[in-house]
Amino acid sequence: MERSRSGNAHGRKSYLIGFALALVLTAIPFALVATNALPKPHTLIVIGVAAVIQVLVHLRYFLHLDLTTTPRENLVAIVFAAILIFIMVGGSFWIMLDLHRRMAMASPRPAATALFSASAR
Amino acid sequence: MTAEALVAAAGPPGHPPTESDVHEERAFGFWLYLMSDAIIFSLLFATYAVMVYNTAGGPSGKTLFSLPNAFAETMLLLSSSITFGFASVAMKSGKTAGVLAWLVVTFVLGLGFVGLEIREFHGLIQAGAGPDRSGFLSAFFALVGTHGLHVSFGLVFILIMMSQVVIKGLTAPVASRFLRLGLFWHFLDIVWIGIFSVVYLPGVL
Repeated sequence: MERSRSGNAHGRKSYLIGFALALVLTAIPFALVATNALPKPHTLIVIGVAAVIQVLVHLRYFLHLDLTTTPRENLVAIVFAAILIFIMVGGSFWIMLDLHRRMAMASPRPAATALFSASAR
Repeated sequence: MTAEALVAAAGPPGHPPTESDVHEERAFGFWLYLMSDAIIFSLLFATYAVMVYNTAGGPSGKTLFSLPNAFAETMLLLSSSITFGFASVAMKSGKTAGVLAWLVVTFVLGLGFVGLEIREFHGLIQAGAGPDRSGFLSAFFALVGTHGLHVSFGLVFILIMMSQVVIKGLTAPVASRFLRLGLFWHFLDIVWIGIFSVVYLPGVL
């Protein structure tokens, strides 16, 4: 009974910490976009970094993913899924960006073609 | 079968699995389902990223997306994640009333989210920016709509959970289903982080 009680206290605290971190990590990118405080590329980087950190926060504090207590096969499954996602999403971007570049070369579009032919000579 | 017999049965391999073994296996199976769902969402994200500039002369995210609406949806879903967490805490300490109360709050927050999303979709379609307008909008509706459908299923799941808690009480099978519902609900909040970071924020910027 005593053990489960302390476990509960830990549980509630864990959710509150996760919620506070998630709030901060949500507020930062939304505030940057609302105020246009930074140049666009910088804002995009902050959005990306905040998102990755917030995903980790959710996994840790809401889904209680832990490298020591979570069953090994669950961790193996998530790593396997991550590899598949990397191959499929990365592969899609690789193919589509390459295609995009080749199409831009083949069909003359003003700016891109001028730039390309200028650099070719 | 006594508790001792159950423990003994879990020992040597080849014996029938105990109840808690079954629940652990189901949790693992559900985890595998979530991983496959994560792959589906990743590919919808990739599709969206490839299609985002293919507006076919139609409106882009800059004119269509509303930052306050996306922020409200984010807050509703994030709050529903922590209220579900409080329901889990109440479940662990065996407080039926607490579990039910927090599940009701979670349900209301989730319903608010789905309501905002339906209103947004309806507004877009009324404005002639439906999924048939451009590749960009097809990919947008596919990605955000799939997530919204998941949340709607989650709401049904919560309703079933509440009725099971009322009818059956906090038994081991109910607790095991509750755990899987929690995985599902928190997973959907993670997918939403991707949606506001890939779709709404860069779209409005």
